Amino acid sequence: MSGTRLPAPAGARLDRTRPLRFTFEGESYRGFTGDTIASALAANGVRVLSRSFKYRRPRGLYSAGSHEACALVQLPDEPNVPADRRLLADGMTITGQNYAGSLARDRGAWIARFEKFMPVGFYYRTFFRPRGIWRVWERVIRKRAGLGRVNPKTPHGYHDKAYAFADVAVIGAGPAGMAAALAAAEAGAEVTLIDENPEIGGALTYGRFDADGRAADEALKRLAKEVREHAAITVLTDAVCTGLYEDNWLAIDQGRRLVKLRARDIVVATGLQDGIMVFADNDLPGIVAATTVQRLIWHHGVLPGEVAVVATQDEWGYTAALDLAEAGAEVSAILDTRDKPSDSALAKLAEERGIEVLSGWMPERAEGETEIERISAVPVDEAARETEEPRNIECDLLCVSARPTPAAALFAQGGAKLPFDPARGVHLPTDLPPGLHAAGAVNGETDLKRVIADGERVGKAAIAGETKPARKTAKKTAKKTATTLPPQPMLEHPEGKSFVDLDEDLTIGDIRDTVALGYQDVQLLKRFSTLGMGTSQGRHANPPGVTVAAEARGDEIGQVGLTTARPPLAPVAFGTLAGRQFSPVRRTSIHRWHVEASAQMMVAGAWLRPAYYGPPDEAESRIQEEAVAVRRSLGLIDVSTLGKLELRGREAGAFLDRLYTFSYQKLAVGKSRYALMTDETGAIIDDGVVCRLGEEHFYVTATTGGVDEVYRTMLWWNAQWRLDVDITNVTAGYAAMNLAGPASRESLAKLCDDVDLGAEAFPYLGVREGHVAGVPARILRTGFVGELGYEIHAPTGFGLDLWQAFMRAGEDAGIRPFGVEAQRLLRLEKGHIIVGQDTDGLTHPYEAGMDWAVSKKKPFFVGGRSIDIMRARGLTRRLVGYQIENRDAPLPKECHLVIRNGEIAGRVTSSAVSPTLGHAIGLAYVPPELDAKDGKFEIRVEGARMVEATVVPLPFYDPENARQEL
Amino acid sequence: MKIMDCPLNGPRNISEFACRGEVRTMPDPDTASDAQWADYLFMQTNPAGVAREWWIHLPSSYWFIAERDTRTGEILKTYPPDELFKRPNRPMSSK
Repeated sequence: MSGTRLPAPAGARLDRTRPLRFTFEGESYRGFTGDTIASALAANGVRVLSRSFKYRRPRGLYSAGSHEACALVQLPDEPNVPADRRLLADGMTITGQNYAGSLARDRGAWIARFEKFMPVGFYYRTFFRPRGIWRVWERVIRKRAGLGRVNPKTPHGYHDKAYAFADVAVIGAGPAGMAAALAAAEAGAEVTLIDENPEIGGALTYGRFDADGRAADEALKRLAKEVREHAAITVLTDAVCTGLYEDNWLAIDQGRRLVKLRARDIVVATGLQDGIMVFADNDLPGIVAATTVQRLIWHHGVLPGEVAVVATQDEWGYTAALDLAEAGAEVSAILDTRDKPSDSALAKLAEERGIEVLSGWMPERAEGETEIERISAVPVDEAARETEEPRNIECDLLCVSARPTPAAALFAQGGAKLPFDPARGVHLPTDLPPGLHAAGAVNGETDLKRVIADGERVGKAAIAGETKPARKTAKKTAKKTATTLPPQPMLEHPEGKSFVDLDEDLTIGDIRDTVALGYQDVQLLKRFSTLGMGTSQGRHANPPGVTVAAEARGDEIGQVGLTTARPPLAPVAFGTLAGRQFSPVRRTSIHRWHVEASAQMMVAGAWLRPAYYGPPDEAESRIQEEAVAVRRSLGLIDVSTLGKLELRGREAGAFLDRLYTFSYQKLAVGKSRYALMTDETGAIIDDGVVCRLGEEHFYVTATTGGVDEVYRTMLWWNAQWRLDVDITNVTAGYAAMNLAGPASRESLAKLCDDVDLGAEAFPYLGVREGHVAGVPARILRTGFVGELGYEIHAPTGFGLDLWQAFMRAGEDAGIRPFGVEAQRLLRLEKGHIIVGQDTDGLTHPYEAGMDWAVSKKKPFFVGGRSIDIMRARGLTRRLVGYQIENRDAPLPKECHLVIRNGEIAGRVTSSAVSPTLGHAIGLAYVPPELDAKDGKFEIRVEGARMVEATVVPLPFYDPENARQEL
Repeated sequence: MKIMDCPLNGPRNISEFACRGEVRTMPDPDTASDAQWADYLFMQTNPAGVAREWWIHLPSSYWFIAERDTRTGEILKTYPPDELFKRPNRPMSSK
């Protein structure tokens, strides 16, 4: 059929002065600004939008806004676009989904003929034998089944996140939602009103609530105006609330923006969602939900058919019939599944218009090639079917008003119950937790006046902090109920398929088979049959599915229950979840200098540090040169990233004694000592240096990556010990640099005149406070790189000045800045471990060869007892230094395996060629029985080659430590 | 997202907090058997009911104690550690 556009007032959302061009399946079409993809296609008479999941049947728009797979289309950069919600844009290139060849003639449609080989759950039943066969079939099936195609070249779009707060959040801006928002705002609340549509009003924008349609218009005008003008109401449109999380935290998807909203109270007024009527071939394009027909007419000015049949089970169908008739369609008949003829004003008006009403009738079968062409209708009552002949009615539109269900998934997410209400024939929320409220149709109200009144009541209750829900518990409701609404009739026909789930291609028979196979519990039923697991998440499929299951089990519907609805409620793009990509880094005060000196920066914890200075293609030689400069003369490294902690207080020393393996209470003021931290299991977790600046004042360094955890750990222990000590993390407060090399004393002396730098006055491990280049500084004599050296800590603001002063003062000595790589090499030559590289989560001090750092005199330290136990049990491995004499052997890498007698016996943790020693050295875990000197072992390097290594005592370089103690 | 009531900072998003496990009493390291010590280190009580746990508010590095019903996830109460740990602190062994 060709599409028809209707004049105003139909098409309220269109801007007809701004036409748009687009293509679908290669054909060019025109639409208007304000059209959705689906409405523009409907206006052009295009009905087949996709092919179905399993049988590849042609499918079209059924209900707007329910996310059925039927109305998902493909854009070049985006699969699974809901055509019923996405606005048309100029130049859009749109294609259908899930077909081979063309949408109209799907080369894959033959699959439907093999239906009997694809019973429900056939994946599980077919592809598990022989073992491994699934891998073969998976490729075939994944290619055939599924939805759109992901384009891996899609550029990353802009997505961000917003954080919002409200006293009351109202989800759904229909009559109940608007009334609730107004009532709450009037009572003084800050209200956020959220709706997935481009404008507020909900069903009032397209629905007809009385014979002349005036009630909806009046309510819409009044409520929408008041909402828009109310200063305390924030309206979010095009906003899908996809999840309700703990403590009233809402995820609201606005496409490019994910709003995370925290509300004190939440009113869910999400209204109703379309059901489906189950009869043979009820999936043919041209079978459209009544509300969708009305949306097409009133929002988009599209008459979706010229000769229509309306199938209904309530009064709503009559409103759609009247809308269609008034818009110019011929309505051949209204099939009302209810036996009793309706005597409402609507029904009377329909009859006055000359529309034939068949009470107690429904379609048995829809027919047509790729779109609906005719239906055959029969009486619902089986006995009547014996006597009455089926009626064949030609039509190009079957407008269906099946029993709608409350859109109650958010209640399930919020922890409420959703028992079946036999009087209304639907599942309604009960047992709402405090702060969660239901209003309007989702609360069981259907009459417009009562819906609005319910909204007002709930809005007031929400602001008053009332937690009493409208419906207390399922039991109380059940008792009051005298009448039971019969389940919706469903019909089958031997020549067609009666679908209960359009997304997953499931029929009445599939659900019966599932129950017959023993999957009776609703959760098992869902998982085996995949009922409700498609894109619409059971919105239309659960009610008929559960009804069939109940019948097959011989139970009441209420006994079957519902599967658990979980977030997200609607498909969410990965980009929305990812948001903007932030990777914050910390830079030292000297960062700019490093970059100007062409340093290659590397990430170290949260920081950027120079790896080495110079171009990447010279990395190896530059690193070696930097190391040699330190050994021969002078080098300077930025160590500002070191963790720095201040501990002050009467019991600071006692505190450190409990925390670190060494003892510090007797450490003299002006001295420093290595600090090794273990956890309660005795494993090494950090190291640094403790400096005593005063009787009650310690300055402690920690590793770059470990300091935050060290600080937290200190606070945690003292939360229990409650010693008299204040602990502060001052990492960012101090710049630090290490001036190292034989020329360091002379060089420092040029800049410092208030500290005696003489070898005896300021010996190795001494700590002094003074001024360097006029800057107040703490000077530590440390030996990490194994040469005479000074670590200078000064307030961060002076970092760059101080660095530049050192570079100038060291010019004579040929000072070179050195990076992390050279430092790693130098420390390896000295056999110093790097926590986290040379240790793992189990390394204790004895196996790392650090028994010298463990005090044997202290009564207690964290990890002490565990270390004692492990020492008593004997070592299972040992960290040793090794060298490789063969200079032609390939250099092992970290984590290459130590092999003894063909078995894995350990691994390499550090490896480098020492420029000072002229051969490869490293650290490795080896079996403890290996000779501590000259023991041989093999390392398996790349290409499964074996390299022989010899254990050597540490340190490799300057074993007497003479150079650092100069 | 849940809200946790920090005794120092008031109600904050749970993502600002980290848990360090149950509040446990260290046995005397000098007198405890290896088995008792191992039990202390590695065996959590993990009750189906009220658990008393260490939590930290990360931006402020503030440690406190929370009581939580592990069956419902409900945070029953939070309080500063000095309600449980008072000076003089747990006696250390005197080797």
